[in-house]
Amino acid sequence: MREPSWVKVTRVVVLTAFALFTLIPIYVMLTSGLKPLRDVQGPFRWIPSHLTLRPFVDMWHTVPLGRYFINSAIVSSCAMACSVVVAIFAAYAVSRYRFVGRRVFSITVLSTQMFPGILFLLPLFLIYVNINKYTGLQLYATRTGLVVTYLTFSLPFSIWMLVGYFDSIPRGLDESAQVDGAGPLRTLIQVILPTALPGVVAVAVYAFMTAWGEVLFASVMTNDSTRTLAVGLQSYSTYEDVYWNQVMAASLVVSVPVVAGFLALQRHFVAGLTAGAVK
Amino acid sequence: MATVTTPAAGSGTAKGGASGESAKKRRRRRVKGNRATPYLMLLLAVILELLVHLIPMVTGVWMSLRGLTQFYIRNWSAAPFVGLGNFRVVLDFNSPIGANLLHSLGVTAAYSALTVGFCWLFGITAGVLLQRPFRGRGLIRTVFLAPYALPAYAAVITWSFMLQRDTGVVNHVLVDELHLFGSRPFWLIGSNSFVSLVVVSVWRTWPFALLVLTAGLQTIPGELYEAAAMDGAGFMRQLRSITLPMLRPVNQVLLLVLFLWSFNDFNTPYVLFGAAAPHAADLISIHIYQSSFVTWNFGLGSAMSVLLLLFLLVVTAVYLFATSRRRNDA
Repeated sequence: MREPSWVKVTRVVVLTAFALFTLIPIYVMLTSGLKPLRDVQGPFRWIPSHLTLRPFVDMWHTVPLGRYFINSAIVSSCAMACSVVVAIFAAYAVSRYRFVGRRVFSITVLSTQMFPGILFLLPLFLIYVNINKYTGLQLYATRTGLVVTYLTFSLPFSIWMLVGYFDSIPRGLDESAQVDGAGPLRTLIQVILPTALPGVVAVAVYAFMTAWGEVLFASVMTNDSTRTLAVGLQSYSTYEDVYWNQVMAASLVVSVPVVAGFLALQRHFVAGLTAGAVK
Repeated sequence: MATVTTPAAGSGTAKGGASGESAKKRRRRRVKGNRATPYLMLLLAVILELLVHLIPMVTGVWMSLRGLTQFYIRNWSAAPFVGLGNFRVVLDFNSPIGANLLHSLGVTAAYSALTVGFCWLFGITAGVLLQRPFRGRGLIRTVFLAPYALPAYAAVITWSFMLQRDTGVVNHVLVDELHLFGSRPFWLIGSNSFVSLVVVSVWRTWPFALLVLTAGLQTIPGELYEAAAMDGAGFMRQLRSITLPMLRPVNQVLLLVLFLWSFNDFNTPYVLFGAAAPHAADLISIHIYQSSFVTWNFGLGSAMSVLLLLFLLVVTAVYLFATSRRRNDA
């Protein structure tokens, strides 16, 4: 079927406009990290006066970026690992079993997604402070506390997406594994997981991104030694002269891991959304 | 969100009586393991949800009834019970506290409406234009999704550099290259800050709308368009009669999610302006954060949070009721 030419023209014009809107900030981030300091302290220029890698070296010294980076990496990896494991079991139960409370569970978990973070922040802060007071378990201002908090943030969506994935796997697979004598755990690990691997990986990346990018809880639930990138990156601007070239260099470096992971797996996200949402 | 779960949760409710029992037995023979298995599998998820979401929510309601100021942080159970006192303070719109809350709600509603509107519009436009395969389509889609993948703080910090009055690219383009303004406007303070906030938020969020709408568009069978084209329906006619009606269930969920996200948005204003947002861009999350952690009055902050939650619940319920009924009528 042929398209009328006005559709083609519109497509080119509109998509170009969207691309410019999308790309200009990314261009600024990419190039400003390569500019000498005077380029970012004077009027803006599209092309750096000369290219330098100094900001990528200096940014580690201006603020303790390395420590923030390690904190973020530890917190996000642990939150991701725990969240995926918890989500796999929960999603398998919801997908394969009919049990009392199944519907209540699904609805409750999903609806926690809609509540404002600020609503949990104050009570959670108090609860962590008091857990410490009564049990000695340190959750406030520790990486453990952040991991526990973050992993629940990605749980609802992860469970929901995995239920969609598991539902699309024929039950015949489970049954033949059980005929061979496998219990539920072995069935899940040896039969279902390999089949649902793309979905599991997508969920893992989502959990990592969620933890890596969270700002609100990081700003309250951390101290100097456990601060993550989300708060740490802002400490550049507390200096009288903001070294914008270093800030842009740092922004680029902290973005690369998640952007690469997400873009590499975007197909699975679309597939997961299709399986879960549109059904 | 309830509609999302309906297909998955489907017929999962418990069945009582003898027929239910025998069905259970049959199922137990089919799926190995005993009745406790699903609950064991859910145990961790339930504990975590309780710890981080449900118990704090109940605690939040409890806190809103207490005079929980800085003196009681370490000894919270000693905070005096003040009943609805906090709510009375917060809802007294003649006092500065109440007036500021009302202003903040208004700002948030406007911000949310603009963000949702633009994100959906951009998402559906790009989604439809990317619906048919052409060379470079995959690349363009990837480029469009990039802002969504960026960590919020990295993206917003970049925008705050771009919006600097003297060194930013925005004023460079608007003033130096296009000569739209005589003098360089401020974008991060004063009334312009609201515009900045919306632009940054749309930039970050519209790729999500595109992602969801793309998934929705992929489920529309191609034969529908072929049949419509055979009947002589043009591009606009197909959009109106096939694409938009077929996307209605997706839109119902997408608009709700976008609304809730933007209404609760904390990251964008916090990174763009810091903890003290300009008056014109004082979103509700920032406002509550300010009232709680700067003045350490957790009681008042909790009362505001509870009101916010009630507001969101009512809006969501009304929205789901209205849109579901329209869907059934149609």
